[in-house]
Amino acid sequence: MPSLKDIKKRIGSVKNTQQITKAMKMVAAAKLRRAQEAAVAARPYAEKLQSVMSNLAAREEGDGHVLLNQRGTGRALIVLMTADRGLCGGFNANVSKEAERFIRSNEQGYDDIDLMIIGRKGRDFLRSRVGDHITKVHENITTDATYKTAQLIGVEIIDAYSEEKYDAVYVIYNAFQSAIVQIVTVEQVLPIQPKETEAVQEGTVDYLYEPDRGEVLSQLLPKMVEVQIFRALLESNASEQGARMSSMDSASRNASEMIGKLTLQYNRARQAAITKELMEIISGAESIK
Amino acid sequence: MADKLKLEMVTPYKRVLSVEVDEITAPGFVGELGLLPGHTPLLTTLKVGELTYKNGNEVFHIAVNWGYLEVEDDLVTVLVDTAETADEIDLARAKAALGRAEDALKTLPLEDKKYMVMEAALQRALIRIQVAGKGH
Repeated sequence: MPSLKDIKKRIGSVKNTQQITKAMKMVAAAKLRRAQEAAVAARPYAEKLQSVMSNLAAREEGDGHVLLNQRGTGRALIVLMTADRGLCGGFNANVSKEAERFIRSNEQGYDDIDLMIIGRKGRDFLRSRVGDHITKVHENITTDATYKTAQLIGVEIIDAYSEEKYDAVYVIYNAFQSAIVQIVTVEQVLPIQPKETEAVQEGTVDYLYEPDRGEVLSQLLPKMVEVQIFRALLESNASEQGARMSSMDSASRNASEMIGKLTLQYNRARQAAITKELMEIISGAESIK
Repeated sequence: MADKLKLEMVTPYKRVLSVEVDEITAPGFVGELGLLPGHTPLLTTLKVGELTYKNGNEVFHIAVNWGYLEVEDDLVTVLVDTAETADEIDLARAKAALGRAEDALKTLPLEDKKYMVMEAALQRALIRIQVAGKGH
């Protein structure tokens, strides 16, 4: 049976922990709101670009651009988006495991698979498992990801792809569903696969292109990659904050529960001590008589 | 045929505009581009420049930085990296950027990679100052 002092100490330390988890939850909630707004605000751009893209693809005459060409299976690159910090439930583990699974199940399909990791936690998780696949790690870019960040990554990927260093590029990230639900998503970035919409194909009025079709296409396609990366970054960030918020919420709740139990134990021990003292006094008084 | 154009302008960060307008003037890749209702489908890249649209007697100016413009069925979609109205432009910052770019261009050799970057920065700054000067 722990002494009164011990229990009191433990209550104190659990309370401290609870304060921290509560504060983290509040911070995550505030960040989540901002991240969610950013992710939602980025949607129209991506959708518009997609619709311009499929308009263009509907009029495609088969002269493939380098980013559209299917080159078969050679080397693949996976861009994995994780967080730099932990304490966010299964956020990092889920997405990292998916990357590991992807590598294992496609080892036969591709000659080689390289892994570009965004976020420190993904690297920590995968280093011991598939360490020799990791070629590059970007840290400290997920929070406050700007379009510029996505552009830099996009250019890096496109350059590597154009030089035929890779024949396919995938991105794995947590898609934001709601504050408590994140969906691990695998998307193919390159070669670009334009979504064909049938409605567009019916009314094929020919476009005027300025300067010309090839030029427009070659500027539009890299944009497409950047936007996809940008969206994934934003979604991943929003998911991270959501995951952290909900895991810190349950941590705070667990802490209150624990404090309740410890307080009960403390009170019982106190009661027992008082009873014991009383008995001693009474029996002492008895013996004097 | 509709007698108005619908203008939608989006950047990666947000939807900037979604308005009905009478006329649009945009900085197309091969030159200034005027758009009226009933325009034929068009897809063009945009340069750094000033996009102007007219609604009734009101004229609005926006500084845009590199993007696309698509016209289809009187719907004009503009995808740009940045779009700033006159009120949003920080004139002091634009002027500082202009000074920096000018200085850099004087010293850099023409074949330097940075020369292109600074030249683009110079253009952006010039356009910003131009738009800011016109009010909205």
